[in-house]
Amino acid sequence: MAVTLTETAAKRVKDFLANRGKGEGLRLGVKTTGCSGMAYVLEFSDGADEGDEVFESQGVKIYIDAKSLVYIDGTELDYTKEGLNEGFKFNNPNEKDTCGCGESFTV
Amino acid sequence: MALLQISEPGQSTKPHEHRLAVGIDLGTTNSLVATVRSGVADTLPDDKDDHILPSVVHYLADGEPLVGSEAKKHATTDPLNTISSIKRLMGRGVLDLKHIGTRLPYEFAESDSSVPRIKTAAGEKSPVEVSADILRVLKDRAERTLGDELNGAVITVPAYFDDAQRQATKDAAKLAGMHVMRLLNEPTAAAVAYGLDQGGEGVIAVYDLGGGTFDISILRLNRGVFEVMSTAGDTALGGDDFDHAIAKWIMQQAKISDDAGHHQLRRLLRDACAAKEALTSADTAELKIELENGEYWEGVLSKEIFNQLVDPLIQKTIITSRRALRDAKVTADEVEAVVMVGGSTRVPRVREKIGEFFGKQPLVNIDPDKVVAIGAAIQADVLVGNKPDDELLLLDVIPLSLGLETMGNLVEKIIPRNTTIPVARAQDFTTFKDGQTAMTIHVVQGERELVSDCRSLGKFTLHEIPPMVAGAARIRVTFQVDADGLLSVMAREETTGVESGIQIKPSYGLTDSEIENMLRDSITYAEEDVAARNLREQQVEADRVIEAIQVAMQQDGQLLSEQERTGIDSAVERLANVRNGNDHNLIKQTIDEVNNLTTEFAARRMDQSIKKALSGQNVNEI
Repeated sequence: MAVTLTETAAKRVKDFLANRGKGEGLRLGVKTTGCSGMAYVLEFSDGADEGDEVFESQGVKIYIDAKSLVYIDGTELDYTKEGLNEGFKFNNPNEKDTCGCGESFTV
Repeated sequence: MALLQISEPGQSTKPHEHRLAVGIDLGTTNSLVATVRSGVADTLPDDKDDHILPSVVHYLADGEPLVGSEAKKHATTDPLNTISSIKRLMGRGVLDLKHIGTRLPYEFAESDSSVPRIKTAAGEKSPVEVSADILRVLKDRAERTLGDELNGAVITVPAYFDDAQRQATKDAAKLAGMHVMRLLNEPTAAAVAYGLDQGGEGVIAVYDLGGGTFDISILRLNRGVFEVMSTAGDTALGGDDFDHAIAKWIMQQAKISDDAGHHQLRRLLRDACAAKEALTSADTAELKIELENGEYWEGVLSKEIFNQLVDPLIQKTIITSRRALRDAKVTADEVEAVVMVGGSTRVPRVREKIGEFFGKQPLVNIDPDKVVAIGAAIQADVLVGNKPDDELLLLDVIPLSLGLETMGNLVEKIIPRNTTIPVARAQDFTTFKDGQTAMTIHVVQGERELVSDCRSLGKFTLHEIPPMVAGAARIRVTFQVDADGLLSVMAREETTGVESGIQIKPSYGLTDSEIENMLRDSITYAEEDVAARNLREQQVEADRVIEAIQVAMQQDGQLLSEQERTGIDSAVERLANVRNGNDHNLIKQTIDEVNNLTTEFAARRMDQSIKKALSGQNVNEI
């Protein structure tokens, strides 16, 4: 089981963490909400919570609660630009369908 | 697949419920929009990767107006339809145009409205509409960048902007379909960008040298509140003057005559500006100037000569800064941080000289063109709710006291300046005359004691006050200033609940220097003001006494002997004479004399009214 970052994503995360001045790494997860069932959680992490799995990719620590991990195992987090918009993108092999807006998904 | 940003722990949002907020620096020359993404605040570029949007709008007979660089291209070919520097007209009335308008090359429409309207190919446009066109472009840029609709914006305004100018800015945002969460003072935004609001307390100087204007603001941070202690500036001093100084030097060196053609002068200015920019990182700048006869003049501008050329200009800003410090009653040593804003603060000599003056290294690591927008974005991020609750919310203060006119042309201050906003204050007033059924509330702004020395913001009348004896009615006047510094005033007669009120949207603005002067005058004339207030108060009291006695004489004159009556008459006459003088002590003394003289009369009237009330009634009924 693992979740990874692309090199670009890792560099961005490191920059954002440095700018924030504190934080242990990144928290990834899912929430059951949205028009298509689930939505991704992407937050700064100030340390592990109980039941977290901790991964490390490209020198960045990734915290994921065990429940979420089932849905996002194998995900590669990328950072991309689309027109004027830029941000992180979950490349999740478990994702079967996303809603039109792409903000929530089903597995 | 939507692109995501990193949230603070526990602050992730649901899909379609992202709390998107931007900060906007709506400038005279240039505007910017910034936002916080993954914890980083930065300005947003357009498709061509330009962060700066020139605040220029070009109106076309048909179709959407052009905004920014595209509009700027038409400035020389179609000046009447190409509007720039519209910020100078925000919140100003037609009457104000007389002293700002001479420099504005637009055609103004004749109208009865107090708001100036500019004639363009797309119809008449008010300053609010022109600003809305600029804001619309920034909003669109932000929404395309963030991938969703904005929840709100923080827009910055100069610290010296008055209520009318702030309201106009809010109106423009509304017209552009934006929700303004807060207007923020520009120097405050710059200080926030550097995180100085997290520092606790201290005095901060914000030195803002743009292309054409200079502003210095002295702020005091106290318990998370920025108080603007003083502002000063020069609306005709900036980087453009540096270019002119260099161009003049080139003309001397290359022996170009003063009456050189327009084209030649423009080219010279462009070369001068390039040389100035080159000297930011190099010690010399090569110059190759094409002369009108087709030949070239070549020369070198060294850093030393450049410094000599601009030193007198920098010195001017230092003199203004010194004045701002004096107004704020602080010394340069007491200033804990100096924030540099505006493109011209990139000139190393400016940093050096300002550093010397304040005795400390100025803060320069944030791009001086972007720093105000970035501070606004940080504040917007907090206001929209992307930060944990314990994060301090920055508060602002009102720049000038708000009050109302009372008898004798005196100002009663309801909310003193530097009160943190939002705020609501109420005070009870009463009627001055018997049977008075209406009261006019005249709302004024300023620090002076007399209404004529303050600025009138608006008037309204509370009608249907039940007739009562003077002083019996209780009228509660409430002043409320919302988070954007906008004022609403309500008056309510407490026994009947009759209400009336206004939202202050004054038609005429003050110029920057007028606000400055108002603040300075209040200090300069403090003594005279106290004297004037004392005098007016005694005069009002004298008038009240005279009127009361006259009414009493008319009603109950028969209670007095001829001799008593003459005595009182002559005393009242004496008081009326003294009242017109300017010795408040003498007036007070005379009032006391009259009061003593009429004590017996008052007692007799009292007895009589009691007798009247009791006559024909059984003691048991009382």
